[in-house]
Amino acid sequence: MQWNDSGLILSVRKHGENSVIIHAFTRKQGRSSGLVRGGVGRRLRGILQPGNEVELEWRSRLSEQLGSFTVELKKSRASALFDMPDALAGASSALALLDIVLPEREAHGALFDATLLLFDALADQPEIWPLLLARWELGLLTEIGYGLDLTHCAATGVTSDLVYVSPKSGRAVSAGAGAPYREKLLPLPAFLGARSLDPDAAEEAPSADILGGLELTGYFIGKFISEHHPRVHLSARERMLSALRRRHAPQSGEKIPENDEA
Amino acid sequence: MSQSEIEHLIQLLSKLPGLGPRSARRATLYLISRRESLLTPLSAAMQAAADNVKVCSQCWNLDVTDPCDICRDVKRDQSLLCVVEDVSDLWALERSEAFRGRYHVLGGTLSALDGIGPDELNMEPLIHRVGEGGITEVILALNATVDGQTTSHYLSDRLSDFGVQVTRLAHGVPVGGELDYLDDGTLSAALKSRRSMG
Repeated sequence: MQWNDSGLILSVRKHGENSVIIHAFTRKQGRSSGLVRGGVGRRLRGILQPGNEVELEWRSRLSEQLGSFTVELKKSRASALFDMPDALAGASSALALLDIVLPEREAHGALFDATLLLFDALADQPEIWPLLLARWELGLLTEIGYGLDLTHCAATGVTSDLVYVSPKSGRAVSAGAGAPYREKLLPLPAFLGARSLDPDAAEEAPSADILGGLELTGYFIGKFISEHHPRVHLSARERMLSALRRRHAPQSGEKIPENDEA
Repeated sequence: MSQSEIEHLIQLLSKLPGLGPRSARRATLYLISRRESLLTPLSAAMQAAADNVKVCSQCWNLDVTDPCDICRDVKRDQSLLCVVEDVSDLWALERSEAFRGRYHVLGGTLSALDGIGPDELNMEPLIHRVGEGGITEVILALNATVDGQTTSHYLSDRLSDFGVQVTRLAHGVPVGGELDYLDDGTLSAALKSRRSMG
């Protein structure tokens, strides 16, 4: 068995004295693992950093075996983030999420392309990436079968004035229909709602809205994690959210909610 | 020495880094053939290390005294504190003789997937140490990896309230390194950290 694909390194664990087992998110093969011989060595250590984009060749005698990878660097993305604390936290959070929630060997081509776009933004667009990360997390939820329907109101079917999300169904609820239950509903930031395809919505989205968007996706990611991986704690995501809160709260002058679920 | 004792020794030696069962067998035979000159002194040295080596309660270095020699050395610059991931990193810096301040061993780095958070590392003692005063610069000498740099930024944030200068080691071209052989990440880090000549 053998395949070649491009991918992002998700995580690296030492195996024995000289080798490592890597998890990578590839375009055509999805999340895949394999042994890299000599992965601890000086030549490969810099390449095998989570977040780096690589060309992978996977070989194994049988398809169900772990197999081994030959790795070649395509784009060094990790080191570009070393001096950007928030972006580095965002990248770590995204990589940890992919590693935890994606099933192995299941292709998610669109999510892979979105992840590359997110990583481009993490390196080059410090103002935009938190918003893209929230959108990316929405996409991730859709890919794992926990997609939110934010196009129209679950109760009335209207497509305007959508300001809540039902924590139970993950569907949008309009201001009118949701008013009696607003204590139980989750707030829906405008940039994730019906106007989310409007490019101006991105630039207009206030920091509190972006954090609200991440809180919203965090709630549903947390729900997925508690059902499927109850022992996993999303510490990288928590650290990223705390960093964003610290950076954005004083500028916006708004009180940012502290209790994220994930 | 019975066969089972020899097997037991081979089994224990094979657990050491760099040794497998085959090399452990060779090492065992070598030790037994030099019983007086090597095996007995080695055994005594290991027993002494097991009895006497302590973890320094100030910096988490390993030494036979607590506080360790480095923490007790009054000739060292008390205002400089170098934070390292592991005792092996401390030893590497000491070998270089480039740093004459004091150290703090974190005991690892933050790792999302391995579930290592701030509570699993010696971070609170570090914050407490800096909070006691007398330190003007904290050098974060952590590895140039995603986890290492994530930890550096986390610490930098935590230390920002104490009015100390927080610095990190430079990333870039190693001594003797040829540009042609460097990876893209190292090259771009080196370019970012360029400094003016003269």
